[in-house]
Parts: sequence; C-alpha cells; structure tokens
Amino acid sequence: MNRKTIFISVAGILILAFVMASLIYKNYQSGLQGASGGRNQSVVERQGAPIKGPADAKVTIVEFFDPACGTCADFYPLVKKLIDQYPGKVRVMMRYAPLHKGSDEVVKMLEAAHLQGKFFPALELLFNNQQRWVVNHVSQPTRAQGILNGMALNHNELTADLNGPVVTQAIQQDIKDGQALNISATPEFFVNGQPLPSFGYQQLSQLVKQAVDEAY
Amino acid sequence: MSSKYVNEATSSGWSVLFAAWVLVTTATLGSLFFSEVMDVPVCVLCWYQRIAMYPLVLILAIGLLPYDPKVLRYAAAMAGTGWLLALYHVLLVAGLIPKNAQPCVQGIPCSETHISLLGFLNIPTLSLLTFTLIGVLLFYTHRMEPS
Repeated sequence: MNRKTIFISVAGILILAFVMASLIYKNYQSGLQGASGGRNQSVVERQGAPIKGPADAKVTIVEFFDPACGTCADFYPLVKKLIDQYPGKVRVMMRYAPLHKGSDEVVKMLEAAHLQGKFFPALELLFNNQQRWVVNHVSQPTRAQGILNGMALNHNELTADLNGPVVTQAIQQDIKDGQALNISATPEFFVNGQPLPSFGYQQLSQLVKQAVDEAY
Repeated sequence: MSSKYVNEATSSGWSVLFAAWVLVTTATLGSLFFSEVMDVPVCVLCWYQRIAMYPLVLILAIGLLPYDPKVLRYAAAMAGTGWLLALYHVLLVAGLIPKNAQPCVQGIPCSETHISLLGFLNIPTLSLLTFTLIGVLLFYTHRMEPS
C-alpha cells in the first residue's frame, strides 16, 4: 500500500468515527431527555417561587435566569408575550441561577422584593437598567441596590430580609436544583418539566404551543 | 538494494510523523466534539491552544505527502507554543497560578469553564498530554533522519 492510500484511508476512518460518535451522542442525549421529561417536575419547580400569569394555568414555563444576563433581559418581553398569547393558559415561574460574578447578592434583593410582592417590578427595573449595574459581565450589587432604592418598597424590611433564612433558603434551593438540572448557561427554560430541544425563542414558543394543545 | 536501505530510514521517519498527524487530527476532532457536539463552553485559553493545534493537521499532512522532513521545523514551533499554553492552563486549573488571572468566556463564569471528564482527566490536562506526545513524536522523526 502506498503512503497516499494509507493517509487517505486513515483520514477517512477518523472523520467517519467523528460523525458516528456525534450521531451516537445526539441519539443518547435525546433518549435521556425523553426519559427524564415530566418526571423531574419536583426539581424544575419550587413552591413559592415568583410566578407571572394565572395560578390555575395548566402550562408552566420555568425560567432559570440571572438578572445580569443580557439574553435573559432580551427574552423577558418575549416570555411575557407568550403569556398574553394564550390568556389564562400559560404562566411563568422565575428561578435564580446566579452564574455571573456578584449576581448572588443581586438575587437576594429580588427574593427580598418578592417577599413584599414586588418581584416583577424589581426585575423589570433591573433588566431595563442592566447596563447601569452590570459592568463587563460582572454584577455590581451596590449599583443594583441604588437602582432598587428608587422603587416603592419597604426598604428597612428589604435590608432585614436580605440575609434572612427565608431568602437564603429559597436561593439555595434554586442553585441546588439548577445544578441537578445541569444548568450552565442562562436563560434555561422548561415547559411543564420538558427542556428545550435546542436553545432559541422559536423552540420555546413551539414547545409552549405543544403543551397548550396537549393540556386544553 | 542500497537505495532500499536509505528508503527504510526515511520510511520509518514517515511512519512516526504519520503517527503525529493521526494524534493531532484525533485531538482536533476530539476538541470539536467537546465544543460542537457536547456544547462544552470554550474558554479563551482553550482557543489559544486550538490555534496551535488545528493548523498542524494541514502542516503535517503537507509534510507527509510527499515526505518532507523540513516540516519538523514548522511543526515544532507550533507544538512548542501549544505546550507552553497548555502548561499555563493546567497550572491555572490546579490553582498554582492565582485564580484572578483566569480568563473568562463572555457570559460564562470562570468556574464553569473547566469541565472535568473521566474523573481526573480535564480538558487542559488532555491538551498538555497531547502536545507533549506530539513533541516526542516530532523529536523521534528528527532522530530517524539520516543526516
């Protein structure tokens, strides 16, 4: 056998091995998702987490988010649009995944605002002013606090709750469940416990449509 | 007959260099598998090591067909650079270099960049092992040259 033949055959084998491994891996992954879908509801959802939309909606979107994440801010109006698109049928539950540096302090403020029923106004304020308190992908908690100070909140209570057991426990639970669900990037969506097949708004709205069709 | 002896020396040099090519190609496809198929995030340092690794697939191939031992000079420079970068990365992950010097992928916190596979073998260690092995193979190819 001459060198060219050896070279070309080995190159062919390597490329073939790569393609085969990719196909096998993708297959294995979708198999895993199918098996875990629906069963991980107790890990995906948390009692008492902030919810937007009707309480009796049969379709729940769970979003793991980081307030400092730009894509989360971009998706927020889109997720709201989905709730409006299916009135009474869809709700969204927000869960914390503070992956950015400094975000752990900021999610405490959001959870403390949630105790006063002001989670969503606080979140919208932070998302809309993200460039003022996130610098080079690092959260600046003091600046975020400064922005929230302009809100109608009981600020003494908020400060007292920040490091209280209720707030700490809620965030710890979210981080723990996020790790169990292998969340390494935000936002991460689940629709009735089902993860997105691949990331994107189109995929999310497709999955929500499917779940609505199934439930109603 | 005498020409066959000369050929044999270059031929074994060719085989060792070919082994190096198989190694860099496997490493290239492997790293692409991690990032493109398994969606493991790629940090800045990983990209620098890729810059030293990926071109070797082409450079060594050109040096193999037809066999041209001069390719060792070019390949050694790339492998050496990659080896230094991999060493730096391994030391960083091992905590021997301060964590705050750690580069970070946009939107992905630094703690998430070093996914450990097969228990103890993380990706930077694999990279350092590969570059070391490439260096060894290139050195042996050099040794087998008649001149």
